[in-house]
Amino acid sequence: MISRMWRYGWMLLVLPLLAWSGEPALRGTGDLGVIIERSAGRVLIVSTSSNSIISRVDGLGDLSHASVVFSRDQRYAYVFGRDGGLSKVDILRGLLEKRIVQGGNSIGGAISQNGRLVAVANYEPGGLKVFTADTLEPVADIPAAYGDNKLSKVVGIADLPGDRFIYSLFDADQIWIADLRDPKSPKVEKFSNIGKAPYDGLVTPDSRYYMAGLFGEDGIALLDTWQPQQGVKRILANYGRGEEKLPVYKMPHLRGWAVAGHQVYLPAIGRHEVLVADTSNWKETARIAVRGQPVFVVARPDGRQVWVNFAFPDNGFVQVIDTLTGQIVQTLEPGKAVLHLEFTPRGEAVWISARDDNKVLVYDTASFARLAELPAESPSGIFFTSRAHRIGF
Amino acid sequence: MPPYRPFFKRLSPTPSQGGVSFLISVKIGLGVLALGGLGFNPLALAEEPVTLSIERTRELVRMVRQDCGSCHGLTLRGGLGPALLPETLRDRPPDGLKYTILLGRPGTAMPPWKTFLNEAEAEWIVAQLLRGFPEESR
Repeated sequence: MISRMWRYGWMLLVLPLLAWSGEPALRGTGDLGVIIERSAGRVLIVSTSSNSIISRVDGLGDLSHASVVFSRDQRYAYVFGRDGGLSKVDILRGLLEKRIVQGGNSIGGAISQNGRLVAVANYEPGGLKVFTADTLEPVADIPAAYGDNKLSKVVGIADLPGDRFIYSLFDADQIWIADLRDPKSPKVEKFSNIGKAPYDGLVTPDSRYYMAGLFGEDGIALLDTWQPQQGVKRILANYGRGEEKLPVYKMPHLRGWAVAGHQVYLPAIGRHEVLVADTSNWKETARIAVRGQPVFVVARPDGRQVWVNFAFPDNGFVQVIDTLTGQIVQTLEPGKAVLHLEFTPRGEAVWISARDDNKVLVYDTASFARLAELPAESPSGIFFTSRAHRIGF
Repeated sequence: MPPYRPFFKRLSPTPSQGGVSFLISVKIGLGVLALGGLGFNPLALAEEPVTLSIERTRELVRMVRQDCGSCHGLTLRGGLGPALLPETLRDRPPDGLKYTILLGRPGTAMPPWKTFLNEAEAEWIVAQLLRGFPEESR
């Protein structure tokens, strides 16, 4: 009798203690995401299931042009800040786990296929720096050297299979592939004269093709990474047809979402157009007149719609292209200064940041109804953890 | 919601169509400026110092921090475009800076801002940049 009391009685004491200890309820992270509050140096951790903010993480430095990649377990967000800061955020606990300042000026990065390496593309000093994903220890430094001891700003970084990173050199008109399979001695393959002033790049969802948008000329540089010996080709060349382009008040961004079905949708530089090319032969198939100069041209995960936001002064609008008909089916005015949009993993909703209205809006992508509105201080990039399992993100 | 508008074009849009849409956007820019309390005259030459309204200077601070900041950085320490700090601009003639803002720098990513700024406003921005640009008030 007494021994039985000893055997079970402890539960009476310990179980309530467990309940009171403040341990959060168990949960996964697959429906979570990170929103950048660009002028506050803070990120919001949000849930796409409850359309709500679940925590805030401060102290991330200058996030005026920040981007995020995720660990493959979708628990950690690596935030690349403008000031060269690289921050590892535990999104489950809402904590800044580690932060280093690895360069003077950077905007983006990528995580390797095996999830062990995080690479940062730097403007200053121009080049690539690679760190371990778990502790952010430096493992490789690859200056983007060209010409007479000059360093180029690095843009358009994406991961490739085999723990490689592909990126473009804005000042040097080059594309480089850094192979980090042996992180202690990285191998770099360089492609020169790829076109004037590449400003950003993307890999297709299958990771086969890398595209670099060109600021200095009309066209897109294309590299088949399965057959790199064939070199860089030019597609959509001369899409401006020699017409003078409009002043560009904001550089467009490229990411792998631009591919919908067998078509790729790309922003035209200095034109109010989205360019469409067939990914089987890279020929231009259409161009779609839109409200302003496109910044993000993003396919819904199922590829049926492509959503577009615009540069100043048309940055209050978002337009939706139906990819079946190639027509604009909706024009939204979500708020002032729309900077970014991100689809939920399966695309039933889209989150849109309106910087100058200090809010993030959630829309149903079928009915275009507004589902939620969240307060956020100068919100910019929105990144959901579903990116963790996609090549090129 | 705005009515459905078929904007889709097959290949070969006529140049005039692109021009039309640009004019529309310029008009919208104009409307915004007019709301800001200042007339719009991109070619106006400021012969004498013009006092800008507090409201307008607040808009200009936001514009420089946020829109110029998309290339030069929110802190103006540089990005795709160069840093715009007093120490990096000090050796440059203020008039050159003013015309760089208004007319852009052909062959680079710097666009002309004369559609959105008059000369007095550009002068004001240059003066603030040289002395250390103000933060946005909120």
